[in-house]
Amino acid sequence: MNEAPSYLSPTGHEIVFLLLGVVAVGAALLVVTTRQVVHAALWLVVCLGALAGCYLVLTAEFVAWVQVLIYVGAVVVLLLFGIMLTRAPIGRSADLNSGNRVVAAVVALATAVVLVTVVADGFRHAYVDLSPAGPVKQGTAEAVGAAVFRYWVLPFEALSVLLLAALIGAIVLSRTDIRGR
Amino acid sequence: MHILYPVVVSVLLFSIGIYGVLARRNTILVLMSVELMLNAVNLNLIAFNVWLEDRLLGGQVLSLFVIVIAAAELGVGLAIVLAVFRNRRTVDLDRLRDLSEPEPEHEGRGDGAAAKEGVGR
Repeated sequence: MNEAPSYLSPTGHEIVFLLLGVVAVGAALLVVTTRQVVHAALWLVVCLGALAGCYLVLTAEFVAWVQVLIYVGAVVVLLLFGIMLTRAPIGRSADLNSGNRVVAAVVALATAVVLVTVVADGFRHAYVDLSPAGPVKQGTAEAVGAAVFRYWVLPFEALSVLLLAALIGAIVLSRTDIRGR
Repeated sequence: MHILYPVVVSVLLFSIGIYGVLARRNTILVLMSVELMLNAVNLNLIAFNVWLEDRLLGGQVLSLFVIVIAAAELGVGLAIVLAVFRNRRTVDLDRLRDLSEPEPEHEGRGDGAAAKEGVGR
């Protein structure tokens, strides 16, 4: 929104964000290329943790802690349980990638090139001042809680019903003693 | 902070997620790649929320909602994967081909033969 300084003189925020971003992207690459299923889940932890750090740099602290709690705490544990229950090979396994790997790489590269070109063209001059002298930051739990329960109550309630439905669906799907009539 | 940095990181994560969804064979690894793509969207939402100084905090609240929906999706998804594993003893996507078009010159492997007879072309 303000006049953007040069890209050649990064601030401390930008350096920290770029380091965390490099960690996140590198860990994500390892998630999709590693040959061991369990290692993929553990690299996913690194990637999601680095992303939580990115959220902290972007002043969204509540979302960062929710990310740590739900993603790193719950989702990855759920994935590890899934790996265990499907008896995935624990050691190295050669057949984790399907035959269309080259096509997938081409598609992903094309997506990356197109999207990077578009966003670099569109947001080259976008700049936000994250220093304490800048605009007031609204990422605290107090601000997010007030926003959720003042303006976003209806989506919040709908989402809780959705979560309940997903929970019941997961229980029904995974029980074996329920038979159709 | 230039908004370009978070947006480019998010684009790269999204592309990596696309690669993972298309290239992986194990269903649980595909689910992990879907999580990567959802996180890329979350990073975008938070970056634009900070940039636009949204007074309703739409970006951060929506990213919280995305996290919740991702958790619900993963719960149901893993339940489906476990049900598939109970019935087929495999979670390899390449071998779950019951809904594919039956190929006339195809060697019958596994459940595909029964599906071909059912269609009866």
